[in-house]
Amino acid sequence: MGDHVTTSVVGPAAGAPTTAFLFGCWRDMLRIRMFEERAGELVEAGEIKTPCHLYIGQEAIAVGVCRALRREDYVWGGHRSHGHYLAKGGDLRAMMAELYGKATGCSRGRGGSMHLVAPEVGVYGTVPLVAATIPLAVGTALASRQRGDGRVSVAFLGDGATEEGHFHESMNLAALYRLPVLFIVENNFYASHMHLLERRRADNILAAADAHSVPGAVLDGNDVMAVYEAAARAAARARAGEGPTLLECRTFRWRGHVGPSWDMDVGVKRKDELKDWLPRDPVARLRARLAEAGVEEAAFTAAEAELRAEVEAAVEFARRSPYPDPATLLDHVYTAREAEG
Amino acid sequence: MRRLSYAQAIREAHAQLLAGDPRVFLLGQGVWSPWYAGTSLKDLDKEFGRDRVIDSPVSENAVTGAAVGAAIAGMRPIVFHPRMDFMLLAVDPIVNQAANWAYLFAGAVAVPVVIRAAINRGGEQGAQHSQALQAMFAHVPGLKVVMPSTPYDAKGLLISAVYDGNPVMYIDDRWLYEEQGDVPEPMYRVPIGRAAVRRPGRDLTIVATSFMAVQAVRAADRLASDGIEAEVIDLRSVKPWDRETVFASIRKTGRLLVADAAWRTGGFAAEVAASAAEEAFEALRAPVARVCLPDAPAPMSAPLERAYYRTADDIAAAARRLAAS
Repeated sequence: MGDHVTTSVVGPAAGAPTTAFLFGCWRDMLRIRMFEERAGELVEAGEIKTPCHLYIGQEAIAVGVCRALRREDYVWGGHRSHGHYLAKGGDLRAMMAELYGKATGCSRGRGGSMHLVAPEVGVYGTVPLVAATIPLAVGTALASRQRGDGRVSVAFLGDGATEEGHFHESMNLAALYRLPVLFIVENNFYASHMHLLERRRADNILAAADAHSVPGAVLDGNDVMAVYEAAARAAARARAGEGPTLLECRTFRWRGHVGPSWDMDVGVKRKDELKDWLPRDPVARLRARLAEAGVEEAAFTAAEAELRAEVEAAVEFARRSPYPDPATLLDHVYTAREAEG
Repeated sequence: MRRLSYAQAIREAHAQLLAGDPRVFLLGQGVWSPWYAGTSLKDLDKEFGRDRVIDSPVSENAVTGAAVGAAIAGMRPIVFHPRMDFMLLAVDPIVNQAANWAYLFAGAVAVPVVIRAAINRGGEQGAQHSQALQAMFAHVPGLKVVMPSTPYDAKGLLISAVYDGNPVMYIDDRWLYEEQGDVPEPMYRVPIGRAAVRRPGRDLTIVATSFMAVQAVRAADRLASDGIEAEVIDLRSVKPWDRETVFASIRKTGRLLVADAAWRTGGFAAEVAASAAEEAFEALRAPVARVCLPDAPAPMSAPLERAYYRTADDIAAAARRLAAS
């Protein structure tokens, strides 16, 4: 072993979270869940045709991390990034319209589910090429270091992305330059159809952090407060100039790699594991904790009704919105903006 | 007018950009070294500090991706690849990411990054220290590709590239580093996408890129002593390229020779030839001719290198055949 050690960034909470904070986390997670469930229905109905990789089951990670960030912080995602976009504050209607390929979509109908953008809240692009945005997160962090702007960059990546060279090169650069970046590995144990242990000799993603002298920790990715507290500490370290952190958040995606089906595409083995994971539903867990803390049933049902209405209004907005004009086909291949502004 | 070498002109552009704009920084392999980049980056780290002139690990992919990310964040990075061959390890951030971004997000995010790739061949370096891959990158929508051949353009195109707002690949050629030329001291820009007519002529048009543009001028001087007046067009940018200047010349001369120091099949010379056939066919009085590298990896041994690379002699010979046809 080298002379460095892996240090857990998960320490004692700064103080017990307020019920209002927890309720906000629950509502954020439920908002993602309801968006995803509705998107899944619309895919099944044939209304949405762009490939959708649903985030159901993993909501605590996006919400826990983004609750620890500021509006101007950078968030980078991949193919399964509806949750990251919403948790960071991206416009829900614009994402739904994007899934419909409409001109009112966040990417104006050029991106679809796999290419989302919300620069106003620090989402400068999610793209499906596995691991591709990890170096970009290192780059926004490098820009922050150069400018001294105090921003943090977050790379959300799956366990599959840790097998790409992008990941290892990026960890080395971030460690070497002590960049303010968080590597959030959402380990849902499957890269498409392949289990982690069909892709590597051991369940040892965290060892990569150690190898690159990046502090890291393994977390229960279905516990939003565990994720929040670890992310908050990692973000504070980053802002203090102490460099990157890796958080491996263990979770499980409930649906298939792509589309709404419950595992039809991944076989029996994964179906058996799903039985163990459904009771660990991050949304239901937090709801139960809130109920224990005295939150009234009416508060939950009111929030559920509001969110259902918001999602349904987004569907109506998307349906009513125009498609992009074919005359705009060749617009924006290049930006007309000079870079001086 | 002040004379500088091509390498000195590149260095001066970097120095003035770094001095004038805090958003500009330089990242890449060998930028602190006296020999990776010739004199083209000499002592910039001493002048501007190692926080802004950053010599990187051997991680082309992440380093280029980091430059792309920094550009998205509003910086004006120049990422340096001392050998274009090695840059192939960074094709994802260049082709999948930087080139796509403006279109994918309908102009909401720009990627004002400059990717500098040096062609560094000859000297018995062999296949992986030699490649000229401009056609691969010119193929990709969203990228711009420039190839200066003179010290003046080496400076002016780098400054234009940094301020273009789009990802620009800046390809320089080590065989040009000692070429001398007039270079004004103040900052100036050479427009991307505009060719330069290096020599007027009426008998044939030679369209050339980078090192071959210099060779084409030398060839044209020899042709003139035989009474053949070649018009030499230095493209300077291969994406976008100056179609109007090329077609106007073909309409004047009726004959086209394209010289590009890269492989023939699917090369940039093929693009110029095909475009001429599409858009200026009526003006062509003879088939288009090409002077390119043979479709083989770069060899090592010096006699093989001499047989492989093309020079003013090859251009002059091809031009004589074309003028006589």
